[in-house]
Amino acid sequence: MVARVQVPSGAARGEVIAVRIAIQHPMETGFRYDLRGNRVSKNVINNLVCRYNGTEIFRAEMGSGIAANPSLQFYTVAAESGELQFEWVDDRGVRGEERVQLTVRG
Amino acid sequence: MLRPRTVRLWGLLLALFAFGAAAAGDLPRVRSGIEYASGNIRSMQADDFANPGMLWVTRGEKLWNTPDGSSGKSCAGCHRDAASSMKGVATHYPLKDRGTGRLLNLEARINHCRETRQGAEPYRYETDELLGLTAYVAHQSRGMPLQVRVNDDNRMHYERGKAIYYRRQGQMNLACTHCHERNAGRRLLSETISEGHGNAYPIYRLEWQSAGSLQRRLRSCYFGVRAGLPEFGSEELLDLEFFLAQRAAGLKVETPGVRR
Repeated sequence: MVARVQVPSGAARGEVIAVRIAIQHPMETGFRYDLRGNRVSKNVINNLVCRYNGTEIFRAEMGSGIAANPSLQFYTVAAESGELQFEWVDDRGVRGEERVQLTVRG
Repeated sequence: MLRPRTVRLWGLLLALFAFGAAAAGDLPRVRSGIEYASGNIRSMQADDFANPGMLWVTRGEKLWNTPDGSSGKSCAGCHRDAASSMKGVATHYPLKDRGTGRLLNLEARINHCRETRQGAEPYRYETDELLGLTAYVAHQSRGMPLQVRVNDDNRMHYERGKAIYYRRQGQMNLACTHCHERNAGRRLLSETISEGHGNAYPIYRLEWQSAGSLQRRLRSCYFGVRAGLPEFGSEELLDLEFFLAQRAAGLKVETPGVRR
């Protein structure tokens, strides 16, 4: 799974920053049928977690209502330099992971 | 209030002005499809993070640096940094290849390279891999004007592509020109008809919920007029791609574009 994460290139300590992640995923709703008339089983990223230096700071539980290639954005306080680690899993058990470094000044 | 004579005079002046404007440039200004799109779509394309097509560019970048095939080489093994080696390349495609004598679009060029240089299997059309690499290569030319020109080498493809463009076909009995030249800017139900230029491909289309090639888009137009669908990579679609590319000359590459 291809994913892209965006954080500011640098942040001041205590600054509120936007964190964005986009993941390529079909987010199959489970309501569609293929050309032969068979139901396509539901397959969405049901759980996504973001950890900031090991501490969970964001979690999303998604369902059929989220469009393909989901794009999420949330805010956090830039406390210290370190790593933001994203982990997610879909209904078929396929896992994905992405890491990004955040530099905090001051 | 304007008197009738003044109105007539103004009408005459306006008519003269319109005639002058048409006569001033040999060709009417070409407008990219993004100019017909809504504000939402335009801001989605303009923001490199919100643009879902960038996911394919990212995939392409990874593939560019990954060795593949019997040669064990990656694209970067020969071409090095795509930011410099691939800059402006996409503006010349489809290109008549001197070696094989075939007309190659970007997808075909990538597959040609895979087969002859990397010793790898060609990618199938519309796979994430081929879309990714095509988008990554074309992305290096973003902002540069398309410059496919007709010459003696490729004139045959231009003539054939032009014939297809103006040929009525399908149960609807429509040619490309009927929508994309004569009615560009007008509505087809809820859609605004664009001039049908390929300067943003591969695009992310919301209807597909995925990226797609120009050939996929052309095939969906064929489907729309209820015509038989040419195969991906067929001569017919390549010739049509070539005609479209020279028709869009001067338009800037937008890859990856976003469309409804």
